[in-house]
Amino acid sequence: MLRVSDLAVARGGVPILSGVSFDVAAGEALVLRGPNGSGKTTLLRTLAGLQPPLAGAVSCAEDSIAYAAHSDGIKANLSVAENLAFWAAVFGTSGTQEALSAFDLTDLATRQAGALSAGQKRRLGLARLVVTGRPIWILDEPTVSLDASAVALFAGVIERHLTAGGAAVIATHIDLGLTARTLDVAPYKARAANLRADFDEGFL
Amino acid sequence: MIALLLRDLKLAMRAGGGFGLGLSFFLIVSVLVPFGVGPENALLARIAPGILWIGALLACLLSLDRIFALDWEDGSLDLLACAPLPLEAVAAIKALGHWITTGLPLTLAAPILGLLLQLPASGYLWLVLSLLIGTPALSVIGTFGAALTVGIKRGGLLLSLLVLPLYVPTLIFGAEVARRGAEGLSLGAPLLLLAGISLGVLAVLPFVSALVLRMNLR
Repeated sequence: MLRVSDLAVARGGVPILSGVSFDVAAGEALVLRGPNGSGKTTLLRTLAGLQPPLAGAVSCAEDSIAYAAHSDGIKANLSVAENLAFWAAVFGTSGTQEALSAFDLTDLATRQAGALSAGQKRRLGLARLVVTGRPIWILDEPTVSLDASAVALFAGVIERHLTAGGAAVIATHIDLGLTARTLDVAPYKARAANLRADFDEGFL
Repeated sequence: MIALLLRDLKLAMRAGGGFGLGLSFFLIVSVLVPFGVGPENALLARIAPGILWIGALLACLLSLDRIFALDWEDGSLDLLACAPLPLEAVAAIKALGHWITTGLPLTLAAPILGLLLQLPASGYLWLVLSLLIGTPALSVIGTFGAALTVGIKRGGLLLSLLVLPLYVPTLIFGAEVARRGAEGLSLGAPLLLLAGISLGVLAVLPFVSALVLRMNLR
């Protein structure tokens, strides 16, 4: 479903990972591990198409990736339901109600998103994934500020997504209790020697 | 696309959205000018078109840094870039949203403020028309500036420095249309040039904005 071949990624012009290759099939989850600063986020941003790879290729069906970053993209002045309804409209899907109930947010639907707790905001950010209706989920530390029961809730949502034929690539430090392959990114660390010569950040 | 426009308008109307900010600034500038230059009607009538145009331009500038910065801060810009919406459309919609919340109210308020500045009766139609044609260009150029400076902390000043020179042609021809209209002169050439600038930036700049947004999101 998602194929990554010989991928090299850079952050701020410095190559940090190279030679990363893996396949993720439908119904499969891949957990990325590695110490802080090892390049998990950069790898995920590249997978999501937010930045171009230095080398190698990411191949998947067009418009099949949903990305959840560290920040949830929540508008504090909109209600929980309005936030989700906006993303549903952008992605041309319906099913806001299912997403709300999947993350136990139904009771909070009319609450201003700015008045939510950090964990509730996170749940709202993750509920957006359900609303996108896309098969490949790219998740960057999805469990930050979630309590134990919310983590279990989230793991359940992922499992259902996988059974429905979806796939997920998850960077996380905790054990979600999923039957998933684990990929440690540390061995792919790029050598600092191959700095890009045509880098122009100094000018900008 | 409609969803994005509606969301932006909704956000602008709600608390902290800054909807009335540009309008109040325009009002204050126009009210202060007679205090500064004195109550001489003939003088006020002569400078009114220019003052109103400069006021509208600065009021427009005031809300530019909100166009992308807020979405960038809370991460929705990244998510929008992954959405099925092309970034070109996002840039165009953002500019349209900015115009509806800033340029359009300024255009509608200008005749009332023209009254305060003793604008001659013949000038009202042309003042409104020039603003109606010119302010979309201000929004589109401003969106380009906002895209350039997205991600820079306190980028507002840099944004003004970048955008103000680009506003000069619109200001020259916009104020010229309003002035000639007020004095009852023929105004074919400046009106056409003003419309030409607006149409030109409308056609080109959303693409450039999307390009620099992509570079800034990396």
